[in-house]
Amino acid sequence: MGKTFVEKLMSKKAGKDVSAGAIVSIEPDYVMSHDNAAAISNTFKKIGIEKVKYPERVVIILDHEIPAPKESSAANHKEIRQFVNEQGIANFFDINNGICHQIFVEQGFAMPGKLIAGSDSHTTTYGALGAFSAGIGRSEVAAIWATGELWFQVPETIKIVINGQLPPHITPKDIVLYIIGQIKADGADYKSVEFTGDTVGAMGIGERMVLTNMAAEMGAKNGYIPPDQITFNYLKGRAKGAFEPLYSDEDAMFFKTIEFDVSQIPPSAAKPHTVDNYAPIDEVAGIKIDQALIGTCTNGRLSDLEAAAKILKGKKVKVRTLIIPASWSVYKEALKKGYIETFIDAGALVLNPGCGPCLGAHQGVMAPGEVTFSTANRNFKGRMGCRESEIYLGSPLSVAASAVTGEITHPGRFL
Amino acid sequence: MITTFKGNVWKYGDNINTDVIFPGKYTYQKMEPEEMAKHALEDLDPEFVNKVKNGDILVAGKNFGMGSSREQAAVAIKYAGIRVIIAKSFSRIYFRNAINAGMPAIKSPEAVESIKNGDEVTVDMEKGEIITPKGTFSFPPYPQTVMDILNSSGLINYIKSKIINK
Repeated sequence: MGKTFVEKLMSKKAGKDVSAGAIVSIEPDYVMSHDNAAAISNTFKKIGIEKVKYPERVVIILDHEIPAPKESSAANHKEIRQFVNEQGIANFFDINNGICHQIFVEQGFAMPGKLIAGSDSHTTTYGALGAFSAGIGRSEVAAIWATGELWFQVPETIKIVINGQLPPHITPKDIVLYIIGQIKADGADYKSVEFTGDTVGAMGIGERMVLTNMAAEMGAKNGYIPPDQITFNYLKGRAKGAFEPLYSDEDAMFFKTIEFDVSQIPPSAAKPHTVDNYAPIDEVAGIKIDQALIGTCTNGRLSDLEAAAKILKGKKVKVRTLIIPASWSVYKEALKKGYIETFIDAGALVLNPGCGPCLGAHQGVMAPGEVTFSTANRNFKGRMGCRESEIYLGSPLSVAASAVTGEITHPGRFL
Repeated sequence: MITTFKGNVWKYGDNINTDVIFPGKYTYQKMEPEEMAKHALEDLDPEFVNKVKNGDILVAGKNFGMGSSREQAAVAIKYAGIRVIIAKSFSRIYFRNAINAGMPAIKSPEAVESIKNGDEVTVDMEKGEIITPKGTFSFPPYPQTVMDILNSSGLINYIKSKIINK
């Protein structure tokens, strides 16, 4: 019997042959944290040891509340900078970089065959480059800082095969919202999800990251895309070191395999207040919106901004439209390509790279009774700072089209 | 050592997410656990924190704690007075956070079906039993690593004791 990707990786790390269900104590190659590194450093100090065991494996990226919107956030950042200096943590990215998941990938930490843990649920994103990456809690990061290792249960694997030529108005976000609508928010609880198929193979890294980012919204432990030439090309001159790609065997035991043909699907939306509350866009078309948000760790990359610019070119937005590139290098590329000028001319607000209002901390929180149409990954009640507001989720094309009309709109109208 | 819990039940539905358990707007504010407890379930049931009693038991449907990795969603509930959570299933990060906070998270869809809000329920960790007014339900024992963490009242104490014993 063959092995899945995750069984192979965890066997390699554990130094013994393990299969799904086994519990192993293993050493992550990298451990990522963001603004919560301040709280983690306090927990770390309580353990009672002075120095982080492997400072070179620690990556800290400030992104959740940048620049600091209030005194407490500023104090938080200050504490992190002090800790980084004390501990000699070289892989520190201050507020002028961007969203942690984007920076982690851009900086070449996400590599095939690596084991990565992070104190953020969307740490699953790095699987787009063939890594195993999973979200963990703050105390767990403190434990890794202290000891270098953590316990994991080897997960079973669900294989999701995606085939079909995409129509011009369909993006990876439409695909993944559609899939979550089918398998639901707990459809992959505790499981490793492997995305394969012709459609995935044709996607660029930025597009693949949408799938693995949203794997968290099906409950998955990690999302994984088998690395190929597109992956290796992306990593040339970028990877932080040598890596060994790992692949599931042909005869590996999968928990289940689900196939999707996406050549005929309509643009997708998720209705309030859960990500699996799927609707084809026509069902929600016409719903008035107060704010449009294009960005976040799900959809703030160049391909997403390109999609938005394609629709916003030469038009004016009718509602507050927030556009947040995922990093400054994305911002710069968008600037060169003229997208930023398009957004400004359309009347949108282009904000500094970061998490923005996605988690309701600042930069566009909502008022009671308001509706936001967003490219983010979550629409939970109160998510954007107000429990009497509503969030719909969709693709950058759909959100841009809706910003122009002031109501949820099929992007095909402008393409 | 964790052995037996007895308490009254707060029962909620499926897919209770971390944003309603502990809103995102508080996650980067520095708070002691007692302060976090004041916001427990704030956007799900604002009355919870006013009425919950020390030793109460939280019961929920499937996929409890889905969403963010924020540990406060487990710590806030624990410090509000909840000693154990029984659910039809848990999201994986929440399950880990609960264990790492020293709060047992027990999966038992059958027990959840039989329990009503306000019921008095007993959980026997050693026997692996949940005793409800409608019957007794068993659950499989935790792996040793998980029991060790719970018996140390959480991951950080567990790591401390491991380092000291080395």
